[in-house]
Amino acid sequence: MTVGLQHYLILSAALAALGMIAMVSRRNAITILMGIELLLNAAAINFVAFSRYGPSGGAPQFGGQVFGIFVIVLAAAEAAIALAIIIAIYHHRSSINADELQSMQR
Amino acid sequence: MLSWLTFSPLLVVVPILLTPSEKKNVIRWLAVLGTVPALLLALYIFGSFDRSLAGVNESAGFQYVIQKDWIRSFHIQYYMGIDGLSVSMILLTALLSFLCIFASWGIDRGLKGYFTMFLLLEVGMLGTFLALDFFLFYIFWEIMLLPMYFLIGIWGGPRKVYAAIKFFLFTLFGSVLMLVAMLALYFKAGHSFNLIELMSFDYSSETVRLFGLTMGFAKLMFILLFIGFAIKVPTFPFHTWLPDAHVEAPTAISVILAGVLLKMGAYGMMRISFPIFPDATLWFSGALAVIAMINIVYGALCAMAQTDFKKLVAYSSISHMGFVLLGMASGTTQGMNGAILQMFNHGTITAMLFLLVGVLYDRAHHRDLDGFGGLMSRMPVYGSFSSLAFFAALGLPGLSSFVSELLTLLGGWQTYPAITIVCTTGIILGAAYMLWTLQRVFLGPLNPRYADLPEINRREVFTLVPLAILVIVLGFYPHPVLDLLRTSTNHLVDLVWETGRVSVH
Amino acid sequence: MPAAFLWWIPALPLFGAAFNGLLGGPLQRRFGKRPVTWIACAVVFASFVLSVQAFWLLSSAEPHVLETKLWTWFQVGSLQADFAFRVDPLTAVMILVVTGVGFLIHVYSTGYMARDAGHYRYFAWLNLFIFAMLTLVMGSNLLMMFIGWEGVGLCSYLLIGFWFTDLQKAQAGMKAFIVNRIGDFGFIVGGFALFWALQRHGVATFDFVELRQVAGNLVGERIFGIDLVTFVTLCFFVGATGKSAQIPLYVWLPDAMAGPTPVSALIHAATMVTAGVYMIGRLSFLYDMAPVALGVVAVVGAVTALFAATIALVQNDIKKVLAYSTVSQLGTMFLGMGVGAYASGIFHLMTHAFFKACLFLAAGSVIHAMHHEQDITKMGGLRQWLPRTHWTFLVATLAIAGIPPLAGFFSKDEILWKAWSSPHGSPWLWVMGVLGAGLTAFYMLRLLILTFYGRCRADLETQHHVRESPASMTLPLILLAGLAFVGGWVGIPPALGGVNRFEHFLAPVFEGAHAPMGESTHASNALENVLMAVSVGMALLGIALAHRMYVREPTLPGRLVARARGVYRMLANKFWVDELYAATLVAGTRAASRALAQFDARVVDGVVNGTGHATRGASWVSGAIDRYVVDGLVNGLGSLVRACGGFASRLQTGVIQNYVLAVFGGVVVLIAVMHFF
Repeated sequence: MTVGLQHYLILSAALAALGMIAMVSRRNAITILMGIELLLNAAAINFVAFSRYGPSGGAPQFGGQVFGIFVIVLAAAEAAIALAIIIAIYHHRSSINADELQSMQR
Repeated sequence: MLSWLTFSPLLVVVPILLTPSEKKNVIRWLAVLGTVPALLLALYIFGSFDRSLAGVNESAGFQYVIQKDWIRSFHIQYYMGIDGLSVSMILLTALLSFLCIFASWGIDRGLKGYFTMFLLLEVGMLGTFLALDFFLFYIFWEIMLLPMYFLIGIWGGPRKVYAAIKFFLFTLFGSVLMLVAMLALYFKAGHSFNLIELMSFDYSSETVRLFGLTMGFAKLMFILLFIGFAIKVPTFPFHTWLPDAHVEAPTAISVILAGVLLKMGAYGMMRISFPIFPDATLWFSGALAVIAMINIVYGALCAMAQTDFKKLVAYSSISHMGFVLLGMASGTTQGMNGAILQMFNHGTITAMLFLLVGVLYDRAHHRDLDGFGGLMSRMPVYGSFSSLAFFAALGLPGLSSFVSELLTLLGGWQTYPAITIVCTTGIILGAAYMLWTLQRVFLGPLNPRYADLPEINRREVFTLVPLAILVIVLGFYPHPVLDLLRTSTNHLVDLVWETGRVSVH
Repeated sequence: MPAAFLWWIPALPLFGAAFNGLLGGPLQRRFGKRPVTWIACAVVFASFVLSVQAFWLLSSAEPHVLETKLWTWFQVGSLQADFAFRVDPLTAVMILVVTGVGFLIHVYSTGYMARDAGHYRYFAWLNLFIFAMLTLVMGSNLLMMFIGWEGVGLCSYLLIGFWFTDLQKAQAGMKAFIVNRIGDFGFIVGGFALFWALQRHGVATFDFVELRQVAGNLVGERIFGIDLVTFVTLCFFVGATGKSAQIPLYVWLPDAMAGPTPVSALIHAATMVTAGVYMIGRLSFLYDMAPVALGVVAVVGAVTALFAATIALVQNDIKKVLAYSTVSQLGTMFLGMGVGAYASGIFHLMTHAFFKACLFLAAGSVIHAMHHEQDITKMGGLRQWLPRTHWTFLVATLAIAGIPPLAGFFSKDEILWKAWSSPHGSPWLWVMGVLGAGLTAFYMLRLLILTFYGRCRADLETQHHVRESPASMTLPLILLAGLAFVGGWVGIPPALGGVNRFEHFLAPVFEGAHAPMGESTHASNALENVLMAVSVGMALLGIALAHRMYVREPTLPGRLVARARGVYRMLANKFWVDELYAATLVAGTRAASRALAQFDARVVDGVVNGTGHATRGASWVSGAIDRYVVDGLVNGLGSLVRACGGFASRLQTGVIQNYVLAVFGGVVVLIAVMHFF
């Protein structure tokens, strides 16, 4: 069986879905972060897949791959900041249960 | 000269306002001084008036004319002139204003305001009689309103505010209708406020469409003006402001109100409505005669039922003005001459009556007719003046009102004999309520409450004597006043009644 | 013929009145009452002298008219009214009577009013009255006559209510004036109709001479559907009923007895009330053109004569008897005028002036002596104390009863004869006249007897003080009694061999009158004598009856009254006419005036105040609309925005997962939108 574009898309869609579910339904802030990571990586896979298997004609394009590296870097930075925020919140609230962090409510 | 006559009272306004309020006598005498120039000029005009000129609708027939452009963009002129219709009124106004300052001697608070308002009122009155431009007439007419409102509303009796507002709004309502007519005339007759020009325009073909109905322009305007003037006369049913205004106003203001302001309405009709709309006048004169009849009889009967002395005199004024209206409606020279003469005579007689009521009120502090009795034995001089005034009011021959009432009734008979018969019963009713009042107040045993009532004093006599002399002298020799009127009135009658009917002399 | 002195005749009393009226008070205080009385009497006497002069001049003047014009009163259009006086024979008779009798009454008043504080006022008004009456009779036109007409009304008001501190007396004066005014209403309405009818023929005038010349134009004219001349003359007659106290306007005269007795004598006996008779005489040419009106005049006169006489039968106030007697005699005068016998009416006017004035003054003398007692049931037997009063009263009584050869006989019988014989007359009128004469004789004798004869019924205290009046009062009485005796001799009819100088004197005035003047045939003379005998017999019958009832059988009156109680009550209460008028006219007018005043205050003023309230209501509504509707919209908008905001802010849950979900949801929507659109 030839691995085509759709295989990668299905993979990234599944990953994205898992990531969304994790974001929405988990209470632990770190777990929500994991979900965000999953989502981001899913998006990166999408980029690379479309770059490799997308419409080609002429010289091979590497835009998607480059963008994938961007995403990885961004994910890393963002994860660092997010973890820092979570640690700060933990210092204040002694809890990182997302359900309890509602002080921005109207 | 007419400007001097009209505005001379204003000369003392500034000195009055500058005088300290405690110096009451200075203020009073200044006010007297303010009315003197007008009186002197009026007498001078009386002497030098050319009695053969008619005026009315001929600009050349007016005397002492001033005609200057004022607000050019609207063709408004400062146009004043005097003719036979207005000269007797000017004399009356000047004389009564002069006497009323003396009658106001009893006012002791807010003198500066009082006299300022009064002098302003005099300006308004004189100007109204002299104005020959409709806009100018309207302005002077309105100038009269505001001082009256204050004079009644501040220096009046217990219900002064009600009376003042009622008077003001009622009269203003009429003025508004007059304003509408004035503007309508302005636009229809070629953008002019000049009364003489308005008279020369032919309105018979003009119509007005209002709410889907078509009416004659002339008739509609006549009705509007009539209502406006009728409120001032006052005619039934627009008369109810008068009893309240008279009762609540201070003595001198009542005198001026009855003596001069009431004449404005009739004068306005003669000066404006009749010459501008002769056809409408003929059309309306039957209704006017009926209104006159109601005024005379209804006014007399209402007077009979009053227990307040001033209200009685107020209703008697309504009754007497009915004679004026009858004369005006009759369309005969006798009637019209009688009407203006009655205006003059009524001015003097009613002025006397109100002055006399004021004398009594100042002493007894009430005007309840049933609360007096037998005053003649205590105050014979006052009683004699009152008797003179009462008999003049009921039209005793030998006194001035007989001549004017006779002329109006005689004139009325020619045109409306049946209505005139009813009007003539007015002389019976007049005798009834006047003599009954005389009896209730002066005859019979002396009411012990008033055993010490002071007799009339010299100042009060001074205000009464000129009027008494006029009443007696004009009864036997009415020429001084009749000669003034005759040419203009005859001309007016010819002007209005010559269309469609043989002019009756 | 011009006579410039004429205007002095009315002017002198006017000066007297003005002088006494204005200066009398201070004058009286300083110099006492003498100067006032001298001036007052002197001016009237001077007028009398001038009147006599006018009378003499008249006889020699051709035509028999004197006139003078003072000035034009007013002139408007075709109406010209002059202040002018004219004396023709009729006026001459009147001015002689007015000034002559007036002078005697002035002299009498000096005694009667000697102790009254208002002395100068009295004489001022009395002079004014003479002035007004003279103006009335000397005026050359209707308007001058009307000045005098109302002027005498004014003076009667002033003099009847002279003692004004007594409310009843003041009210009597007011009643007189108002009832007269009703008559005046008729007078001027007639004047108007006359003027305009003439105007239509181009000859409008009020002057009597001119009226006479142009009156013929009015034949056949109509107004309100009836003949114009009849209308005019009836209107004038209404005025006459007011002034001369005929039915229905006589009610003021009995009440007018409230005034001082000399006033009653002058105004209500001799002069003022005769104004109506004079007026008809002056306008006789008009009445000749309106037989219907003449008939009305005659019938009203006859009925009044009878009516008043019946009331006089039972009155107990000496002045009231004389008052009703006056009304009755005036009725007789109108009867004469109404049958076209104008000269006879005027003749009776003159003789009546003499004997009635004498009667009133004598009554005044009695009242004066009895200290203001007027009830004859409390008198009696006074002739022993008041001889001169008694004799004069007797003479005057016989005169009024119509006993020859006294004055009343000639004048009354002439009227009765003319009532029978004139084309306007009828035997029925004669019968009524004769009955009236009989009744007159009866009640006058009753009065005489009860006052002067028999036993004195007053208390002893009063009897002690009864004294004859002073010369100032008795002298005029004697003179008047003398006139009452001889006054009729100027009018002795041809039937008795005379020439009737009076009628001839007045002939030029009444030219063309329908009553035959002085023509006498044997047959008519005989008839006249028969009728005369009948009426004299009637008078004697009345006298005899009175004598029987009050001298020989004093209990008879009491028994008659007991038997005819109802009739007696009706007569004593004057047929309740005053009460009827009070209940209907007076009460009606007052009710109407109160109703109208209420109507004015509630309905008419209610409309005005209602508009005020309506305007305030409208302004309240306007304010409410502004506050709740217009402003409500503005506020509502704000609330809407707030609501939306409130709704929207609920999205801020603070729960992170919600925000994430919202993002994802938004992405899905975006993709869908991009895909489908």
